[in-house]
Amino acid sequence: MPATVQPSDVAYNYLRVKKNFPNVWCAGCGIGTVMGSIIRAIDKLGYSKNDIALVSGIGCSSRLPVYCDFNTLHTTHGRAIAFATGVKLAKPHMKVIVITGDGDGLAIGGNHFIHACRRNIDITTILINNHIYGMTGGQCSPTTAHDKKATTAPYGNLENTFDVAQLAQAAGASFVSRSTVYHVQQMDKLIGLALEKKGFSLFEAISNCHTYYGRLNKEGDAVSMIQDMKKIALPIKAAKVLPPEKTKGKLLTGVLWDVEKPEFCSEYQKLIDNFKDEREKNNA
Amino acid sequence: MAQSKNSVRRLVQGNEASMLGALYAGCNFFAGYPITPSTEIAEGMARMLPKKGGRFIQMEDEIGSMGAIIGASAAGAKTMTATSGPGFSLMQENIGYAYITEVPCVVVNVQRGGPSTGLPTKIGQQDTMQARWGTHGDYTAISVAPASVRECFEQTVKAFNFSERFRTPVTVLSDEVLGHMREVITLPEEGEIEIINREKPDVPAEWYHHFEATPNLVSPMAGFGEGYRFHMTGLVHDPEGFPTADTNEIRKKLSKLRNKIVRFSDELVQLETTMMDDANIAVVAYGTAARAAQQAVLMARDKRIRAGLIRPITIWPFADDQIRALLKGIKTVLVVELNMGQIVHEVDRLAHRHCKVESLNRFDGEVLDPVEIFKRILEVK
Amino acid sequence: MPDTTQKNDEKKKSGKPGKVVRGERYEIRFSGSGGHGVILAAVMMSEAAGRNPKLNVIQTQSYGPEARGGSSKADVVISKETIYYPKAMKLEMLLAFTQEACDKYYTDLKPNGLLVVDSNMVTKLPIKNSFGFSFIRIAREQVGHPMVANVIALGAMAALTGLVSRDDLKEVIKTRAPRGTEEKNLKAVKIGFDLGLKALKEKIG
Repeated sequence: MPATVQPSDVAYNYLRVKKNFPNVWCAGCGIGTVMGSIIRAIDKLGYSKNDIALVSGIGCSSRLPVYCDFNTLHTTHGRAIAFATGVKLAKPHMKVIVITGDGDGLAIGGNHFIHACRRNIDITTILINNHIYGMTGGQCSPTTAHDKKATTAPYGNLENTFDVAQLAQAAGASFVSRSTVYHVQQMDKLIGLALEKKGFSLFEAISNCHTYYGRLNKEGDAVSMIQDMKKIALPIKAAKVLPPEKTKGKLLTGVLWDVEKPEFCSEYQKLIDNFKDEREKNNA
Repeated sequence: MAQSKNSVRRLVQGNEASMLGALYAGCNFFAGYPITPSTEIAEGMARMLPKKGGRFIQMEDEIGSMGAIIGASAAGAKTMTATSGPGFSLMQENIGYAYITEVPCVVVNVQRGGPSTGLPTKIGQQDTMQARWGTHGDYTAISVAPASVRECFEQTVKAFNFSERFRTPVTVLSDEVLGHMREVITLPEEGEIEIINREKPDVPAEWYHHFEATPNLVSPMAGFGEGYRFHMTGLVHDPEGFPTADTNEIRKKLSKLRNKIVRFSDELVQLETTMMDDANIAVVAYGTAARAAQQAVLMARDKRIRAGLIRPITIWPFADDQIRALLKGIKTVLVVELNMGQIVHEVDRLAHRHCKVESLNRFDGEVLDPVEIFKRILEVK
Repeated sequence: MPDTTQKNDEKKKSGKPGKVVRGERYEIRFSGSGGHGVILAAVMMSEAAGRNPKLNVIQTQSYGPEARGGSSKADVVISKETIYYPKAMKLEMLLAFTQEACDKYYTDLKPNGLLVVDSNMVTKLPIKNSFGFSFIRIAREQVGHPMVANVIALGAMAALTGLVSRDDLKEVIKTRAPRGTEEKNLKAVKIGFDLGLKALKEKIG
């Protein structure tokens, strides 16, 4: 990473370049690409570094915050959203971003995930979905497709998967979007929209784990896996005008869900404000 | 905070007192999950915090509650949760995180009978060792055990003080009888108990190290959003907070977690003694059990038995030096607990064969009554 | 160190109503079934007693599986000295709303302890020293609500113990009664207090 990030790059100003590098990710891993997108989106929106909290759990994707020069909180497995809820509610003016993966966010952390959606707390969750547990060595995750192989599904996965976007939408999130690490410009834009959304926003980044998933399922190296993303991705706007047979098996990308609903911290602030007169009377 | 109400003698419930103590200490963030017999604390916080400009959230479980109070504390709030056995078990994972990342926060455990779902509406003191050793790894814990409604208030304030002073989670070991008991009392007035807040850094952000080695071993603590942009991780880390595999750094970090508390245990120990001056039999008890023990000691004195009571209020760190000194000249020490024997092992270690160590235990959801304890004193004296 | 040792000597009678004897504990139990409001009655009794600055008061309770139809109880311990052991040991007075609670707890009474029952609910009296009142029926007929039976019983208990004044009880009810039910509860406590006083006069007279 230090070799590729130059002082002229936008990301250079946002990375702890003197610390923590080289990073833990395998060469060709998509997580670094997502990190770049997050930084560019933040830079474009002009947020102050001091106002950003990056909160993560455990796993490959959750190592992302340590490299970034923000307020960074690397928590326990699956619990990032719970910690982030505390940060956000205690300092509502901060931009709180959760970085999680498919195992961290949907298996062990699935309950916190759906309840944060339901609560509609103003947190942006960036879920990097590589369909496998990378850090522990290739075990199957809630997004490992049926019949696909993992070290704990050596004969093919017998289970079914979550559709992360539909799960978030059904659980009450106000903004749901998806892209892939191939579609970097779209990713920059969608992360920006997610950050700007008031309420619980999800951005699902489809990423590659060529080290485990690719190798176990004979899907090739990083380049070939990322090229496959190009083939299956279909912008939702285009999908809407296509006949159903043309959208079958495609991965819908773009803004999948966007609604307005009461946001938790704002509602809580209203409650506090309701007691303002009483507080002033007591303090007087 | 309006405390004028405190000077009025009134009927206060133990859980209500814990809640009011937290507010007195400046708690402005509470996350919790409903569980008997602690729920009144969460309900009180839900009612009071928005009035005071603080924030309450009911999380989806105790794991999330613990995570939320750590997150909020990292962002500068004074935070608490309240629970009971099953919830305390779930919280252990993130309590461990608070130890290693040195985040102040308070956990009130209104103990009920266990294991597992156990006896939801009955008393137990079975989490005494869990408060010390509940989460995995090496660390040193601070726990306090109130024995009256007023102490529920005072010890919650103390728990916040210890937590802020030492940058560590602190457990208040309350219990079902105490939590639900009502006593006519007056509460401490504003200013009556000193309030300690975490030390803030006074260096420029670029010099700031979140876990800096200091003479008293406790590092000044900035909050998120205050311009310091530090990193926190549950991985063993260097003074800057970044993960490390350097064995020297690892030793330093883990030693700091222990030494910052062990070296200052005199600041932490709170011990109450009754009639120990001429005693040859000492009863050791804490929490609600100590109230029955105190009455039993008085009954023994009526029969001219030279009994005395040692009541640790700070349970962890255990009052080693103080109790060792008190046991000099004691023939028998009787440890009375509402469990199958936990603190008795600590006492046994201190007695070190110099005096006989006996125990009296009850673990059926009821409080030992003074007569039972008195009879046991007669047996072992 | 105050002497709060429990003295169970029969000779030293403390059974007279209205007296909290120095160095002794005065213990009352409210018992019944879930829904009878025995805990609230005990809370109100404690708060009223606590208005006397010379008295220490502790209230505890036992609930749980018992509260779902079985017997539930709430104890009030009153003493001029510091109260260490918070639960009741030897009852001065026991209120029982159900036969089950009566049978379960009457053995906790002191030798001269007084049993107070709802006479419609408790038909088999295990001891002689007792009073029966139709709390629930009176609540329904005179206040129009069976829910206030606990407050009528509280009034009667207050009069029989002589521990708390009518005015103190009224003050407590104003703050502790659920909002909107203050009038009904004030009426109920008056009925109860009068019942208790009348019964006491008849017994002494």
